[in-house]
Amino acid sequence: MIKKVEITPENEKFLNKVNELSGQVVTLCEQCGTCSGGCPLVGEMDITPSQWMRLVQLGLKEVLDFKAVWVCASCFTCTVRCPRKIDVSKVAEALRQIILRKAIDYIDLKAIPKDELACLPQIALVSACRKFTG
Amino acid sequence: MTTTKPETTKTTATGNSKIPYYPGCTLKTTAKNFENSALAAARALGIELLEIPRWNCCGTVFSLADDDLIHHVASVRNFIRVQEMNDYGLVKNENRLVTLCAMCFNTLKSTNLRMKNNAEDLSKINDLMYREEDYQGKVEVIHFLEVLKALGFEKIHDRVKKPLKDLKVAPYYGCMILRPQEVGIDDPEDPTIQRDLLESLGADAVDTPYKRVCCGSYQTVKDKDIVAELAYDILTHAQKEGAEALATVCPLCAFNLDHRQKEVKAKHPDFTEIPVFYVTQLMAIAFGLDGECYGFDQNYVDPRPLLRKKSLIEQQQES
Repeated sequence: MIKKVEITPENEKFLNKVNELSGQVVTLCEQCGTCSGGCPLVGEMDITPSQWMRLVQLGLKEVLDFKAVWVCASCFTCTVRCPRKIDVSKVAEALRQIILRKAIDYIDLKAIPKDELACLPQIALVSACRKFTG
Repeated sequence: MTTTKPETTKTTATGNSKIPYYPGCTLKTTAKNFENSALAAARALGIELLEIPRWNCCGTVFSLADDDLIHHVASVRNFIRVQEMNDYGLVKNENRLVTLCAMCFNTLKSTNLRMKNNAEDLSKINDLMYREEDYQGKVEVIHFLEVLKALGFEKIHDRVKKPLKDLKVAPYYGCMILRPQEVGIDDPEDPTIQRDLLESLGADAVDTPYKRVCCGSYQTVKDKDIVAELAYDILTHAQKEGAEALATVCPLCAFNLDHRQKEVKAKHPDFTEIPVFYVTQLMAIAFGLDGECYGFDQNYVDPRPLLRKKSLIEQQQES
């Protein structure tokens, strides 16, 4: 599908925001797909890591509408494999942070069943709160 | 079977060395069996892991957003505690901080690297914690497996009283002790440190390409089905290679691979359960230590039938 994208100052602003939060230069991505090929969770995602990289390069905020970065488990497999040395995990974190900093949580802590709460280790709960709540 | 006398205090020729030890929250609760077995195994090797006074939660995950400094404060406070241990003479010229939990290790080491590589960040954090002494940036965060490697697997082999003969164990590494590369303790694609340890204990280490594939980590809170699918792949691949058990050093991997077998079984009725050990539990068995430190009651899949089959524990003993 061919889609015409006009790069406006607004798009550049979004790209710069992601670069700033992640400390990465997202435009260095050459779309080789190594991150998507090695991602253990890609099967659960609605777009692949290389797709979110491309959307950010174009400054398209619609990248925030996909759940892919929330499925990311920050396992750093993409990070150690990227031939352009881009830390893709940090780009995912930047996208999550843009939403979380608007006080929009991805997880409803009250919805966790009591029996689950009783058995989940603290590191699971603390890390989920750190990753999924603002 | 031959009975071996339980030993918990004997030190080796290397003498007794005290290293500041950071437990983290989970080692005091759902992974108590990890802590107890590790402390006992370390002691048997002449290493005393000295718990850091007044330690606090490390934050569990390293904040990946570049502008987020506040979430590093928790980790840095623990480094100051190590400095104080030296100040108060609890340890002497010992800047190492040892962790058992892989997640704490990753968080603490990542934070430490950021502080060491960025003087401005360090100074901001020190200013913020004006009631603490300044962090000097000298602490070295290491994982217990690195302590064992430095000691030498030969020495560990010499300490073995009850070799784990014929026990086929697949070492599982997960993410946090391997990646990112500057934090990892081994080759991120083909790690060997746990294999070497298991072999020094007399076990057959089973290799599987899934040894470094993520278990789903904190996704277990939001969507346990995702984790159950990953666990199914990791566990069944180990089984296909002949493994009778897995070994890990991460309490979250242990939860996802062990406790989530309930969900795995519900989704895949053909699945057969497989025990998941902390590698330190296997050390404690091989060293012939008192069964009290094994803590098998906290394992979801009971490993005792397997261990009895291999004559590694008594028929009706050891919790």
